[in-house]
Amino acid sequence: MKSTARAFKANVDRALVDTNLQQSLAMLKVGFSERRRQAVERLPEFEALRDRARDIKNHTLAHLDYYLETFETKVKGLGGHVHWAPTAEDARDIVLRLCREAGAKTVAKSKSMITEEIALNDHLEAHGIEPVETDLGEYIIQLRNEAPSHIIAPAVHLTKDQVADTFLEHHARHGFTRRLTERNDLVAEARQILRQRFQDADVGITGANFLVAETGSSMLVTNEGNADLSNTLPRMHIVIASIEKVIPTLEDAGTLLRVLARSATGQEWSSYTTFNTGPKREGDLDGPESYHVVLLDNGRSSVLGTEMQDILRCIRCGACMNHCPVYGAIGGHAYGWVYPGPLGAVLTPQLIGVEEAGNLPNASTFCGRCESVCPVRIPLPKLMRHWREREFERHLTPSTVRQGLSLWAFFARRPTLYRLATRVANAALSLFGRAEGHYRALPLAGGWTTHRDLPAPPPGGTFMAQWKARGGASR
Amino acid sequence: MALFVTCLVDMFRPGVGFAAVKLLEDAGCRVVVPDAQTCCGQPAYNSGDRFDAREVARGVIAAFEGFDYVVVPSGSCGGMIKHHYAGLFEDEPAMKARAEALASRTFELTSFLVDVLGVTKLDARCDARVAYHDSCSGLRELGVKTQPRTLLDSVTGVSIAELPGAEICCGFGGTFCVKYPDISNAMLDDKMAEIDASGADTLLAGDMGCLLNMAGKLSREGRTVKVRHVAEVLAGMGDEPAIGALPATEAAR
Repeated sequence: MKSTARAFKANVDRALVDTNLQQSLAMLKVGFSERRRQAVERLPEFEALRDRARDIKNHTLAHLDYYLETFETKVKGLGGHVHWAPTAEDARDIVLRLCREAGAKTVAKSKSMITEEIALNDHLEAHGIEPVETDLGEYIIQLRNEAPSHIIAPAVHLTKDQVADTFLEHHARHGFTRRLTERNDLVAEARQILRQRFQDADVGITGANFLVAETGSSMLVTNEGNADLSNTLPRMHIVIASIEKVIPTLEDAGTLLRVLARSATGQEWSSYTTFNTGPKREGDLDGPESYHVVLLDNGRSSVLGTEMQDILRCIRCGACMNHCPVYGAIGGHAYGWVYPGPLGAVLTPQLIGVEEAGNLPNASTFCGRCESVCPVRIPLPKLMRHWREREFERHLTPSTVRQGLSLWAFFARRPTLYRLATRVANAALSLFGRAEGHYRALPLAGGWTTHRDLPAPPPGGTFMAQWKARGGASR
Repeated sequence: MALFVTCLVDMFRPGVGFAAVKLLEDAGCRVVVPDAQTCCGQPAYNSGDRFDAREVARGVIAAFEGFDYVVVPSGSCGGMIKHHYAGLFEDEPAMKARAEALASRTFELTSFLVDVLGVTKLDARCDARVAYHDSCSGLRELGVKTQPRTLLDSVTGVSIAELPGAEICCGFGGTFCVKYPDISNAMLDDKMAEIDASGADTLLAGDMGCLLNMAGKLSREGRTVKVRHVAEVLAGMGDEPAIGALPATEAAR
């Protein structure tokens, strides 16, 4: 996917005046967080489970090579194939080659952020293979030629009316010419069309929520069952997952599943949880004839052992964005690439470069709500701050900010001068603001006063000056 | 014990400092305000400027050594000292130990009153229906949630209105609010609607940054909700002109 992260501020401007988007966000802001809260309330050991989930992921990351090789050995033993893809390009080429080997004309895809990351659909289409998204949200945005705006709810930026219009426009060729208004009718119509697409597909491509090393299983959760049709009906099943998806055991999968759905949608359990363990065996009623797992690195291994490693714990539940007031204000597209919200603010600079995505880790108030709900306790504000430090070190921070900071630091490090400067500033702000008690505009303070007044200090001087005048103790 | 006034209280709302002093003295503390204090260093720290953050922190650590407690009428400055200073000195073990010692003695004001001193009742009066906004750092870094409410409950004349979204950021975020003013404003819009929904006539919080931000927006929109630091109400100073309101001298004209 082509990044527009560099144009973050322009993206924000557009998002803030997009009434459909704002209408959708208003629902999201309350819905997801309230459902998570209720789910957590019903499970007393939830906080302890978060610790366990964090520890499982930390342990795995500390022994990632071991668990990946164990996983590979297991998959091969089951008759499956494992392909290592160092880069996005490698992954695209591997998938294309496999699809060609299978003689594929259409592939059924179940929702996968990794395929967004490597822009797989464009690549397949460019080579004459039609990818069909089968997750309802992904299906909608594929029809609209849009990118997902949320990692678990890709079409969350759209209203029902927009979906109705999209279906009317694209479903006419399938013989559906009535504009639908009911949610259930829209779902039913998409289901009818997708059912045939599943039957037609030569290859099924899915992501994976987890890869279980001890069994060689890839694991998926969905609420629509589309992943199960994608991986059982076609002749070939290709799983594409990034390397940090591996976990040691089935028991670990159980622990992680207990925090995943609760954090994501507030469900205790997603509707479908599927383990794929190798291709169809003799005597199996269904399943793919061939089974491939593509393991994508795409820069992740270089994060191991660095101050950013914690981000590799992420299990892609979306809770950070569901609870992020910045995401809630601007939606996912403004972030300009695959991963929005606090997750994107940390991961995107890593994957496409901080020169391109430098705004993302800065566009946070560090309110910490993301960290407070993260099921694997990723210290997201801390990691965003690390990006700001790297930007500062590399002189990517805007020069106005740098100059302002060094002026401020000059005084903040010299208490006597600081006292003098604050006295002058306080006296001026107090004097010229006294007629109203606040400023509607102030030179050099446009960032503040565009949207709000600046309260003026009351007369009488700074606290420190008044304290001194009163003879208060200073030692 | 020592009071870390914070730069915003010093500059924009000295009354909060005096309210803190009164609360602490009433609770039996001897309050000292060290001369050499300036700012906690968050502007640099959160902008990625570790060098300046560390140098400012060095000054704060030196200025506040030798006190039993350091009390801060701000969750974010308190959180900075308590949770972030030590990390600035990973390669200076001696300074790191001093930073950790300071962290262990540092408390946000309401948390200090309730959790350390065991204060639950105050002799104060303020006729107001108040909404309390939980400032992010105080809430999530320091666990300040029940303490200010416990204390407010004991103030005669105060009734607490439920503020929907009280735990959601107001959009201040230090330099964020001037670097991304439009996003900040969108967050403020939500906050304004929630304040409306609360039915409160007074908005309180424990951090001057958030308060200036919300007061500035309320004032811009011509709303009549008064904004104060919680310490002012707790100290019985709730009849002073509110943040951003006309000074008493002007109002009397």
